[in-house]
Amino acid sequence: MTVHRDDLGDKMGMWLFIFTELLLFGMLFVVYAVYRSMHPEAFKLGGDELDVVMGTINTIILLLSSMTVAMSISAIQKGNKKLALTLLTITLIIAVVFLVNKYFEWGAKFEYGFNPGAPELLELGHGTILFFGLYFIMTGIHALHILIGIGLFIYVFWQIRKDKIHQTDYVWLENTGLYWHLVDLIWIFLFPLFYLIH
Amino acid sequence: MSEEKHHIVSYRTQVFVLLALLVLTGISVAITQLEMGPMNTLAAMLIAGIKATIVLAWFMHLKFESRFFAFMVSAVVVLFLLVLLVTFFDYSYR
Repeated sequence: MTVHRDDLGDKMGMWLFIFTELLLFGMLFVVYAVYRSMHPEAFKLGGDELDVVMGTINTIILLLSSMTVAMSISAIQKGNKKLALTLLTITLIIAVVFLVNKYFEWGAKFEYGFNPGAPELLELGHGTILFFGLYFIMTGIHALHILIGIGLFIYVFWQIRKDKIHQTDYVWLENTGLYWHLVDLIWIFLFPLFYLIH
Repeated sequence: MSEEKHHIVSYRTQVFVLLALLVLTGISVAITQLEMGPMNTLAAMLIAGIKATIVLAWFMHLKFESRFFAFMVSAVVVLFLLVLLVTFFDYSYR
């Protein structure tokens, strides 16, 4: 007896979920756009405080991880289990590195008193408070997605090892990949809007 | 059980896609270091849009899926842009 499967339906469901995520971040981008248009100078000064080098490094490694997870799908489609696992491991390591970078980056912001509620920040006026509020909320929700991605990678890795995900049944890996690319997509917009304002 | 043939993206293509994304990242970092006023943001968003399209098309396989997926994504993008537009009309004419 064959178990009924609907890969297309599974993927459609994943895309619907991705749309809700896009609108969640989308509305935060709308808030960003409105406040930036009201406080252009403060946003510019706020952007200058962010570390362009760190932001660029995180952008590069996140793009790299998007490629490795996409490649792991190709590998599983070709029946190359070992390569798929290796590529997933690389993706997982990059995700962790991204969070470590974020930890140091946020740490530096806390040190300078840019974190929400810091007395130093409260003296800097509305625009700066809004900029750093949005910075922490948006990169924070993004980092939460990275964390969830790490969980998904561990689960998928395990399923591939147990041959639950294999050459003819890999929609879990595909959907995890889609989720990870979504995380990358959001970062593609976060990076220039926060780090590259000039 | 779905038995339709799946398109397998070659490793080579994926490396090229990554290279394109990295080049675009480099351009966007370089371009925003110049003083171009509001054009900076416009250029950065344009490049981000191109990068997003590349990720959607190749990494997220939209190029190889049924056209319906691409249609849905476009609809969401249009919805977002409309919300942005309406919000700015609201703020501009208060």
